[in-house]
Amino acid sequence: MSRAQASGQLPGEVMMWVLILSELAVFGAGLVALRAAWLTDPEGFDAAQSHLNAAGAAVNTVVLVSSGWLAALAVEAREAVRARWLLIGASVLGLVFLFIKGAEYAAKAAEGISFETHPFWMFYYLLTGFHVAHVVAGVVILGFVAVRPAPATTEAGAQFWHMVDLVWVLLFPVVYLL
Amino acid sequence: MKYQTQKIALAYFVVAMALFAVQVIVGLTMGWVYVDGNFLSGLLPFNILRMLHSNSLIVWLLLGFFGAAYYLVPEESEREIHSPTLAYLQLAIFVLGTLGVVLTYTFNLFEGNWLLGKEGREFLEQPKWVKAGIVVAALIFLFNISMTVLKGRKTAITNILLLGLWGLALLFLFAFVNPANLALDKMYWWYVVHLWVEGTWELVMASILAFLMLKLTGVDREVVEKWLYVIAALALFSGILGTGHHYYWIGTPGYWQWIGSIFSSLEVVPFFAMMAFAFVMVWKGRRDHPNKAALLWSLGCATLAFFGAGVWGFLHTLHGVNFYTHGTQITAAHGHLAFYGAYVALNLAIITYAMPSLLGRDVFNQVLNMASFWLMSGGVVFMTFTLTFAGTVQTHLQRVNGEAYMDVQDQLWIFYVMRFGSGVAVVLGAVLFIYAVMVPRREVITPGHAEPAE
Repeated sequence: MSRAQASGQLPGEVMMWVLILSELAVFGAGLVALRAAWLTDPEGFDAAQSHLNAAGAAVNTVVLVSSGWLAALAVEAREAVRARWLLIGASVLGLVFLFIKGAEYAAKAAEGISFETHPFWMFYYLLTGFHVAHVVAGVVILGFVAVRPAPATTEAGAQFWHMVDLVWVLLFPVVYLL
Repeated sequence: MKYQTQKIALAYFVVAMALFAVQVIVGLTMGWVYVDGNFLSGLLPFNILRMLHSNSLIVWLLLGFFGAAYYLVPEESEREIHSPTLAYLQLAIFVLGTLGVVLTYTFNLFEGNWLLGKEGREFLEQPKWVKAGIVVAALIFLFNISMTVLKGRKTAITNILLLGLWGLALLFLFAFVNPANLALDKMYWWYVVHLWVEGTWELVMASILAFLMLKLTGVDREVVEKWLYVIAALALFSGILGTGHHYYWIGTPGYWQWIGSIFSSLEVVPFFAMMAFAFVMVWKGRRDHPNKAALLWSLGCATLAFFGAGVWGFLHTLHGVNFYTHGTQITAAHGHLAFYGAYVALNLAIITYAMPSLLGRDVFNQVLNMASFWLMSGGVVFMTFTLTFAGTVQTHLQRVNGEAYMDVQDQLWIFYVMRFGSGVAVVLGAVLFIYAVMVPRREVITPGHAEPAE
């Protein structure tokens, strides 16, 4: 149990929690909107969704959750050198996620699928695209933190990264599987 | 008044209040045009009146912000304003530009001239030379304030205020971007209009409100600053992409409907936070500040901004709703209460707070000032209700039933009559406010003795 938990205080940076709650509100609203739009045209949405590569997304889930685990270990790490390597590992896995995601987008483009193909694809690009933008931001943040890891910055970086993780874990079933 | 240069604010506030008077009087005139459509149509057509109404509003609010900055930055930074001369020069440029705008609009001078004629873009119709003057004046202001802040104590209040004012000035540069393509024109246009009132102005509002709370309630600076940073973050998070709620029907891609709906729905959050902030500070506060009128305006500002900008904004921000309500009187209802609550009441709060010390008086005329708050706010709230009902009826008749625009307008006449009545209350309230802060040297009512409750 960390100091913050022992003293009953909120761990990490307050502003980061404000951001995390705001992000969850936005992605949550986006997912609800997607499922609501789905009800208006179930067959069209199902047909569009069948073009998705759920296996690739499942691999990406493993990649991102592993990356989150490395970030969590970095928070627990006692020495700065160990924390740095764990953070570098976490951001490298973030890059792997982006690579797999890029391959997925390329495949969709090759099929001629765009924003305007069907409302499903509009939501798909909006939701996953926003998430990808956060992965890019997260990789940059973890990179900065890794330069000179301190407990406070590592914790803030990991907070952000876990939010990115959490959003993906919510997106994956709602967009790819259900 | 601890610092001599705070006196600069007096000139700004006086000009601001004069333009405020012009704004509400033109507004009342327009209210009558809604009742009698031919009123003044040959002499001063409705579109000119509307330009005067909205432009004078924007300019006086800006002058109020500048005045507020000149008043509070010395106290926050603990030093005099860098250059009072520049500050008065800046005001002179604004006054000159405003006069130029009024004359150009009213008489349509230099029609079609690239530099001197009006530009025909709602709110940004100023001739180019005035726009250039605004940029020069803004640069002078930013230089003056930034130099003061940089050399003095840095606080969260001045940080957020400067962030808002710099953003405000930089975004105005998009007023010069005027593509021939109407969709692109509108897209950049909102960079100024939306990102001002739902972005940078909110930062200015939050920081001025924080200053007022700090002074009026005596709550610890640390507590005020924490709230201020959270409010600023929430405003930017929701407000920037909230611009999307203007991109539903102007020719921008369809995904803006969802970006706009989701982010602009969250725009209610910072306004709720500001209201919660103001009330929590008052509850926690231990200081019994004599300027009760300033406190009333501050709480009124936070509350009416939450309802006008937050609730009335959300009312028609979802694209499924806006498809029907776009450009009806619902929009006018929202516009009036939002501007009044968020920015008019804010300026009147800081003016009420600062005026006694700027005029070297004790805190007087509380009763008249407070009466003007209730008269003006009651008027604007009543106006909001009549316009909301008018807009609801209009949406149904025009957008659902498909009746012709002018046929529907005829059926809304009764609402416009009631709105005119509420406008009279607002004008009387505004005149009373200006009288209350400028003229009386004594309290008009002798306060009774406080007795403990039984």
